[in-house]
Amino acid sequence: MIAGKLKAFGAFWYDFIIGDDWRVAVGVVLALAVTAAVSRANVSCWWIVPAAVALLLPGTVWRAARASRTRDTGSSS
Amino acid sequence: MTVWALFASVFLACAVEAVEATTIVLAAGTARDWRSALIGLSSAVVVLAVAVVALGPAIGALPIQALRLFVGGFLLVFGLQWLRKAILRAGGYKALHNEDEIFRKQLAAARAAATQSVGIVPDWYAFTLSFKGVLLEGLEVVFIVLTFGTNDGNVPVAGIAAGAAIILVASAGALLRAPLARVPENAMKFAVGTLLTSFGTFWGAEGAGAQWPGSDAALLAIIPLTALLAVGLVAALRFEHRRSSTLAARGPAERSEALR
Repeated sequence: MIAGKLKAFGAFWYDFIIGDDWRVAVGVVLALAVTAAVSRANVSCWWIVPAAVALLLPGTVWRAARASRTRDTGSSS
Repeated sequence: MTVWALFASVFLACAVEAVEATTIVLAAGTARDWRSALIGLSSAVVVLAVAVVALGPAIGALPIQALRLFVGGFLLVFGLQWLRKAILRAGGYKALHNEDEIFRKQLAAARAAATQSVGIVPDWYAFTLSFKGVLLEGLEVVFIVLTFGTNDGNVPVAGIAAGAAIILVASAGALLRAPLARVPENAMKFAVGTLLTSFGTFWGAEGAGAQWPGSDAALLAIIPLTALLAVGLVAALRFEHRRSSTLAARGPAERSEALR
C-alpha cells in the first residue's frame, strides 16, 4: 500500500520533470555540464547549449514520429 | 528581460494551464456538484499557496549563477517537452488537444461514478476531480511564476501576469459554462514551448559560465531561431505524414516501386 503510493508519487514527479523522453533531460544536463567545463578553460562556450537544442529537438520528435508510424503500421496489419 | 516580455511570457504559459484546469472544474461541477467542485478548487489553491510560500524563499536564496543554471536547465527540459508535443500535434502525429472531447469524456466518467459524502464535501468524486486537476495544472503555473520571476528579479510582475491569465480564463469559462474549445491551444503551446526553450537556453548557458555575445540582446536571436527550428520540424513531419499516407493508399507493388 505504502510502496504503491511512493511509486505513484515518484512516477508523478518523473513525469512532471523528465516527461516522455528521458534522453532530452540527459542531453540538457550533459550540455550544461560541458558548457561549465569549457567555460573554466576561458574558451567561448555560448554555442554549446543551442547546438544541443538543435540536436535534441529533432531527435526526440523523430523518435516519437517513428514510434507513431510503427504503431499505425502494426494496428493496420 | 523587459517587464512586458516577462508579463507576456508568464501570461501566455499560465493561460494554457488555466484552460486545462477550467475544463476539469467545469466537468466536475456540471456533471456532479458545483459546491464540491468549488471546495476542491479552493483546497488546491490553498495547497499551491503553501507551495509558493515554502519554495519561493528557497529559490530566492540561491546565488544568481546557481539559480540560472538550475532554472535554465529545468526550463529547457520543460520547454523541449512542450515544443515536442506541439510539433507532433501540428505535424499530424498526435491528436490535437480537444477541450470539447476532454470535457465530454470527463462528464461521462463523472456521471458514471457513485456519490459519497465526506465531511463538508457533498460529493467526494467532484471534489477530488477538481482538486487534482487544479493542483496538477497549478503546479506548472507555480513553477513558471517562481522561475521566471526570481530569475528576472521581479516575482510580483510574474505573479500578476499569472493571476491575470487565470482570472481571464476562469471568468470566460464561468460565463460560458462550457469548455474553452475555441482557444487555439496548440498554437499557444507552440509559442510557450518556444519561449521556455529559448529562456532555458539563455539562462542555462549563462548559469554554466557562458558569456552571450550581445548579452541580453542574444535572446533576440535565440527566440526566432528556436521558432524557426520548430516550424521546420513541423513542415518536415507534415511532408513525411503526407508521403506515408499516399504510400499506404497505394498497392504493395506501387509502394515498393515508389520506395525504390
